[in-house]
Formats: sequence, structure tokens, C-alpha cells
Amino acid sequence: MIILTGNDLKSGAVVWWDGQSWSRHVNEAADVGDKAEEILAREEAARRVNVPYAIEAEKDANGVRPAHIKDRVRALGPTVRPDLTMKPADPAALDWVI
Amino acid sequence: MYLYDQYDQAMVDARVAEFRDQAQRRLDGKLSEDQFKPLRLMNGLYLQLHAYMLRVAIPYGTLSSRQMHALADIADKYDRGYGHFTTRQNIQYNWIKLEEAADILADLAKVEMHAIQTSGNCIRNISSDHFAGAAADEVTDPRPYAELLRQWSSFHPEFAYLPRKFKICVIASDRDRAAMKLHDIGIQIVEKDGEMGAAFYVGGGMGRTPMIAPCIKDFVPLDRLVSYAEACLRVYNRYGRRDNKYKARIKILVHEMGADAYAKEVDEEFAHLLDQGVEPPFAELERIRTFFEDPAFAAAGADDEIDRSDPDFALWVDRNTHAHKADGYVSAVVSLKPVGGIPGDATAEQMHLMADLARDYSFDELRVMHTQNIVLPHVRKSDLHKLWTALDEAGLGTPNLDRIGDIIACPGLDYCSLANARSIPLAQKISQRFADNGKEETLGELKLKISGCINACGHHHAGHIGILGVDRKGTENYQLLLGGSEAEDTSLAKITGPGFTEDGVVDAIETVSDLYLSSRVEGERFIDTYRRIGMTPFKEALYG
Repeated sequence: MIILTGNDLKSGAVVWWDGQSWSRHVNEAADVGDKAEEILAREEAARRVNVPYAIEAEKDANGVRPAHIKDRVRALGPTVRPDLTMKPADPAALDWVI
Repeated sequence: MYLYDQYDQAMVDARVAEFRDQAQRRLDGKLSEDQFKPLRLMNGLYLQLHAYMLRVAIPYGTLSSRQMHALADIADKYDRGYGHFTTRQNIQYNWIKLEEAADILADLAKVEMHAIQTSGNCIRNISSDHFAGAAADEVTDPRPYAELLRQWSSFHPEFAYLPRKFKICVIASDRDRAAMKLHDIGIQIVEKDGEMGAAFYVGGGMGRTPMIAPCIKDFVPLDRLVSYAEACLRVYNRYGRRDNKYKARIKILVHEMGADAYAKEVDEEFAHLLDQGVEPPFAELERIRTFFEDPAFAAAGADDEIDRSDPDFALWVDRNTHAHKADGYVSAVVSLKPVGGIPGDATAEQMHLMADLARDYSFDELRVMHTQNIVLPHVRKSDLHKLWTALDEAGLGTPNLDRIGDIIACPGLDYCSLANARSIPLAQKISQRFADNGKEETLGELKLKISGCINACGHHHAGHIGILGVDRKGTENYQLLLGGSEAEDTSLAKITGPGFTEDGVVDAIETVSDLYLSSRVEGERFIDTYRRIGMTPFKEALYG
């Protein structure tokens, strides 16, 4: 699947396009198929999100997993500070990144 | 400590107001990211993996207690309760909101600090010896010269858009504790025939093309220091490449022109500048010098003997203190490298504590080391035990200066958008491994440095052991390098061979350190043994 990500203009937080708006949770990322360029152009023009871009990801029963480790780190948070990640109470979260 | 005059303060306050307006226009949608990016970068505001990151300049690594308290307050108020001290003696905050960035800059301005020129193709924060003004082996305190250059380079209109970023370092001893020859310009204040002058080393650097700066001028009179620096920059600005960012650093220019040809161009420009009035009046240097006079050291006394009856304390004294020029004093290093910890990170509470301890025991002064530790420069020997006790209780008393656990590590893929691999987890594993196996003590001085990408913020080229993280088909992989040094015997490390996995490189480091232990002769450090026996035995041990 193709999903869109960027950083929120105000907070800089990592966000994912959920089909209607931008979500903090990668599992809410929508498959944009061949609409990536169209949505990116529209959202960049709206100036709510910084440098949004399209990436490849996989979706299974556990949710959406970006193909590249850099985007998995972005989705979770710093692996060396589990307390600051999106899943501070999940000891398996690091395995998901690696 | 230098204190801002009305001009310094006015410049910084004006920049805060200007940035506040720029940030608001961005938030209002009146500026695109393409328009705003160069403006925010001029104020040290990056966009990293998880949020905006603010890099705050700490000129020549010197801080007052008041400033350290302010940095702690910013960590608490605007970030997530911690900051990261960097390999250029700065501090970075990882979780900044654009809406609050101008407020942070305003708070910094209240304590005579800013984030100007901590990014972009300009002259960056001037770095120096972290023991400056305290070391027993320096010919003079290099910081007045660093401050003079800071003022010269701040908002210098001719050098605001150089071909690439530009880093200057100033030291004043033969012992290089600041990686001087790995800067775009490294300046060593020297004494020759009773006169003070500056030796200029130009064209060093790390990154994808590491180079050691050659000496292009062994003595520039100090009343011509700025003019000569200006000439160096002018020649670079004129001939440095702008067509290819990977060829744009001055090291490439000096290498391609040849050091002699570059020096000849600089000499010609220097001669031209001498009657142009570039050099500030000597009275200005004298004015600056008054801010760096020695504090009122107490006379050496009978209570300056160190009670070594506590073995943990004695170990810390042996490892983490440095000879001072004043009898009865030492410089004490506060390790930000606890076993298994994140190199360079300090919580707001730890920053407040270090500020308080500097107030109580070090004349209100602290230094940031490029090795990501903190120095209390002027500590009376009789206060050391009280200092160590307070540090140890706060997790700041690790006795590992220049040991294998004292690892330089860039933020890596955990924070940095440029990184290819994580650096910090590797540092944590190595530090833990060598604490658990008890070899740290036996290994002695061993400088290990980790970078998460080719940009080399973790100084991997200059490590006795260096590690470079690379992206190998979407997986983290680590190249191992041996034989680097950023001291006065500067050398560049060489890659051992094929890379390793994260766990594999930790094993590999144990392999090479074991070979060192079995090969060393009396008094040899790791780097000495490597230089004596060469790479081949290490390769054989690693790859069979």
C-alpha cells in the first residue's frame, strides 16, 4: 500500500494521512493508491503539514507497517526512549521497528 | 565570562523579534515551507524525525550557572525535560513546537544566549578547549580570541552565504583537546620568541571526505588575527565550489588547490586587507580579555590534600579530574555517559544540579566538552569529595573519562532525519558490555566514536575505534574503523572491512580490544598498539 506522511506544521509531530485529515497514528494511515501526488499537492498548498511525502507500507492484522526503518522510527518515536514513544507501555514496540 | 554589551543584546533581541514575525507568518500560512526553511535554519531550528529541533549556541563551550539553569528551564517548559549536549559544544532540544520557538529564543536572550548561526552555510559557533583558562599546559586562555572571532563572525555580511558551513576552533596548548585540526580553520595560539601569535591550520574536517588541516601559517601576530581569518574566508568564498555541495567545504578547495597555493592566495588577500581597517582596535581585545581574568583562587593550603580512603572516589579523581594551573585546584569532568545511558543527554534536574554545583564549587562556571561531557573548570581539591558525592547521587559520577564507555555518539536514526542507522543503542550496548565484562579498567584510554551517517557528527573518523552506521538494503549495518585520533597526533581511522550487524559490531569491538590486550607492550594505549602492529592483525582477528 502507499501511504502519506509528514510533520505537523505547528508541533512538528509525525502525522499520517487517514483519508480525510492527518492522524498521529500510523495504523490509521489510508492507502492512497495512485492519488498520492494529487493529495500531496493539495495538502502542501494548504500549508498544514511540512514536506509530506508518499511511502510504501504493508498492512496486516497488526496494523500498518512502513517499509523503511526510518519511517518506522518516525511512527513509533525514539527507540532509546520508550517512555516518549507512541507506545510507552508496549515492550514489543521496539521489535516492530527493527 | 564574557558579558553582552548593549550592541550584543540589541542584536540578539532584534533577531528574536524578527524570527517571531517570520514564524507567525509561517503559522498563518503566509510563508511556504520553502520560503520559511532558510529563515528558521538561520535561527537553529531544524525539522527532525519527530519534531522541530532547536540547536542553541554555547560559545567556546563556556556557560555560567545562570545560563545552565536557563537551559534546564527550557528543557522543562518547552521540551520533554531533557537536552542533548553535542559534539560542537552546543545543546539541542528534540521536541520543540514552532508556536513556541520564538518564546524560547526570547528566554535565551534574557541570559545572553541565542541559536543564531547554529545552522546554514555560515560561520558556526566557535569551539575551543574545554579546559581553557584552567589548564596547566596552555600558553594563554584562548577564549578571548574565540570571543573576538565570535563577534567578528556574527552577522558578518560577507560570510552569511558561504559555499558550505564553516567551523572554527581556537586552542592555546600543544595538547589538542578540541579536534583543532579537524575544523575548517583550526587556530593554535602560540608563543614564539616571547611574542604571542596564532598558527592557522586550514582545510580540515570530517564528513564524507575526512581531511586533516595543514598548517598554512605558523605565526600570525595577534593584532592581525581577524584580518588573517578574513583573508582565509575571502579566498574560500571566492574559489570554493557552489555547484556541488559534496565538494563545497574548504577542505576540498585547499586539497585541490594545494595548501601552498591556497596559502599564497591568502597572503595576497591578507596584504590587501591590512590597509582596509578590518582589524578591530587592540583595545577591543583588551576589553574582551577583562572578562576572562582568573577568578579569585584561594591560596594553596594544607586542606588541599585529597583523602583517597574511599576507593570509588579515588577512582573518580584519577579518571575524571585534570591538572589545573592554580595550586590546590583541578578541573572536574562530569560524565554524561552512565553505563547503558544515552551519551550527552542530561535531564533538567541534572542541569540544575550541575549549575548549583558550579555555583558552589567552580566560581559559577561550566564548560561543555565536544566529547559530550560537562566540566567544572575550577574546583578546589578540598571540595572534590563533596562535589563527587552530589554528582554520584544524581547519576553523574561515572568514572570513565576517555575510557571505552565514554563514547561519542550522534543522535542517529532515533532522532536525526539524515541518519541511516541508530547510534545511541549501539553506544548503550557497548558501554554495558564493557562494564559487565570488567575490561574497561584494563583497556585504559580508548576513544570510541559512533556516527549514524557519513556526515560524521559522531566523529567516527577520529576514534581510536570508530563506527559508521549505514543503510544496507533497508537494514542497519555498521562499518568498523580503527586508528583515528583527534588529539595533537591527529589521524584518520581506516575501515576494517565488511560491515556488521548491531550485535555483530559489539562482538567485533570486543575482538579488537582483546587483540590489543594480548598485543600491547608496557605503556601502550590502544591507538599506540594499532599504530605499531598495523591493521592486518585486527583484520585477521575479525574476518579470519
